[in-house]
Amino acid sequence: MDERAHSRAGGDRKLMASRSARRASAFVEKSIHSLLETADYAARAERRAESRGLLQRLDPRSKLVGILLLIFAVVFSRALWPIALVFAAAVALALGSGIRLRAVAVSIWIPALLFTGAIALPSVFVVEHGGRSAAFLVSRSLTCATLSALLVFSTPWPALLKALRALRVPAIAVAMLGMTYRYLFSILDIARDMMESRRSRTVGALSGAEQRRIAAASAGVLLSRSVQLSREVHLAMLSRGYRGEAFTLEERRMRPRDWTSLALFAGFAALVTGFGR
Amino acid sequence: MSATAAVFELQQVRYRYQELTALDGIDLRIEQGSRNVLLGANGSGKSTLLRILDALYFPSSGSVRFHGRELTPKLFESDENAFDFRRRVGLVFQSPDVQLFNPTVFDEIAFGPLQLRWEREQILSRVNTVLDRFEIAHLRDRPPHRLSGGEKKRVAIASVLVLDPEVLLLDEPTAALDPRSESQIINLLASLGDGRRTVVIATHDLNLAVDIGDRCVLLERGRVAAEGDPREIVRDTELLGRVNLIHEHLHRHASGLVHSHPHRHPHEH
Repeated sequence: MDERAHSRAGGDRKLMASRSARRASAFVEKSIHSLLETADYAARAERRAESRGLLQRLDPRSKLVGILLLIFAVVFSRALWPIALVFAAAVALALGSGIRLRAVAVSIWIPALLFTGAIALPSVFVVEHGGRSAAFLVSRSLTCATLSALLVFSTPWPALLKALRALRVPAIAVAMLGMTYRYLFSILDIARDMMESRRSRTVGALSGAEQRRIAAASAGVLLSRSVQLSREVHLAMLSRGYRGEAFTLEERRMRPRDWTSLALFAGFAALVTGFGR
Repeated sequence: MSATAAVFELQQVRYRYQELTALDGIDLRIEQGSRNVLLGANGSGKSTLLRILDALYFPSSGSVRFHGRELTPKLFESDENAFDFRRRVGLVFQSPDVQLFNPTVFDEIAFGPLQLRWEREQILSRVNTVLDRFEIAHLRDRPPHRLSGGEKKRVAIASVLVLDPEVLLLDEPTAALDPRSESQIINLLASLGDGRRTVVIATHDLNLAVDIGDRCVLLERGRVAAEGDPREIVRDTELLGRVNLIHEHLHRHASGLVHSHPHRHPHEH
């Protein structure tokens, strides 16, 4: 066998061994894949929330209060058509804000339909006016979920958390949610590093028991690293004057267009409530 | 005898983590306006010493004085004393991921002033000044996990300097940075040594010790092995080899000179 053929054969063997190891460590691969997917999804959501659409231009407080008012109006409506009107408005707002309806359909509409549909379907056959009750349940849940999705898809998460202060949510709760969100990414990074390190040292098939052992050990190590991280973070907070009481600062001021949009949201919610009686 | 006032005075400071002795009888005087480098290998006690200086840990025995006043847990029970100390002494942690715990860069820099109960307008003005000074204004609404290593480090330093502390403690400020970010941070640190601010840097980077420090304290297993001019200390290859700061055969000096010493191996190469 000449040198090139030998080298090719060696390369093929390495490739086969690598494929075999890859098949064998499917559990590790799947874990890495899902960790990367989660980080990627979050990055896409952040980019979408920061784009320059209709809703993205509004102050998060005006959006949060306005959308909550619409959700209440939908919940208390006793007629179907005002709910349909709000749903249509929500779809129009999504389009105006550059939010792809496919993303809304996949992450909101299909799960909401499946979940509420499964609950509502028996009532269609069993209860008098069951069809109408089912239509109310499904339309309300779809519309409320769509409105909530609009808020989340058009607002960066840190800004949304701060907007909660406008509803008098305690500063400590807002700070805790903020830190949870921030450290999810650090823990995702640690978990990905652990899994990649495991992959680089995994050769051959892993039995089910071995996979479960790795999963349990990884969870334990991850927990221990998170506890260590939380201790360090607490020291960093103390170092900058933290004394057990959290404070937040809202540096943005509501502009005329934010007040106008809040008034429009409130007016629309009042109309829906009026027609829905 | 130096006429300069002491910011910190440590006498026979010992600190134990359960079974492990991290600091073993440290005597140290840090003078006002000086730039001190704590040099030592991993596990030599540098980070623990910085945390003692920042009153995050208190010595198991011995004493630490800040402007003549002993730092004790009791002293920090009072908000007034705690706020005064935190306002005057700032620590930049080694890992920016530990230090940057807020959802956005703006919140991160505003955190210290908010805790110290500054007025809203004062906070806004000071944060905006610091964002501009550190050339990070474009990052103000970014979450920390979306910053590069160099950006994270700059934000971490800015989040401490926003309080304009008279003492700045830095733990491995150039660790895990690419060469460009490293030189940016070194330039930034060099600009801080204006004689007004006292700087204490823990590192095992010999170049940093020479570039930034005017005094070097070499730590070995929780003890002071040597102290003096950084240039003289980095020239003492025997000492540096003994404390595991340079390779026995090959090492690079701050001047760029690479030394290679004769050596033997049990195998050939």
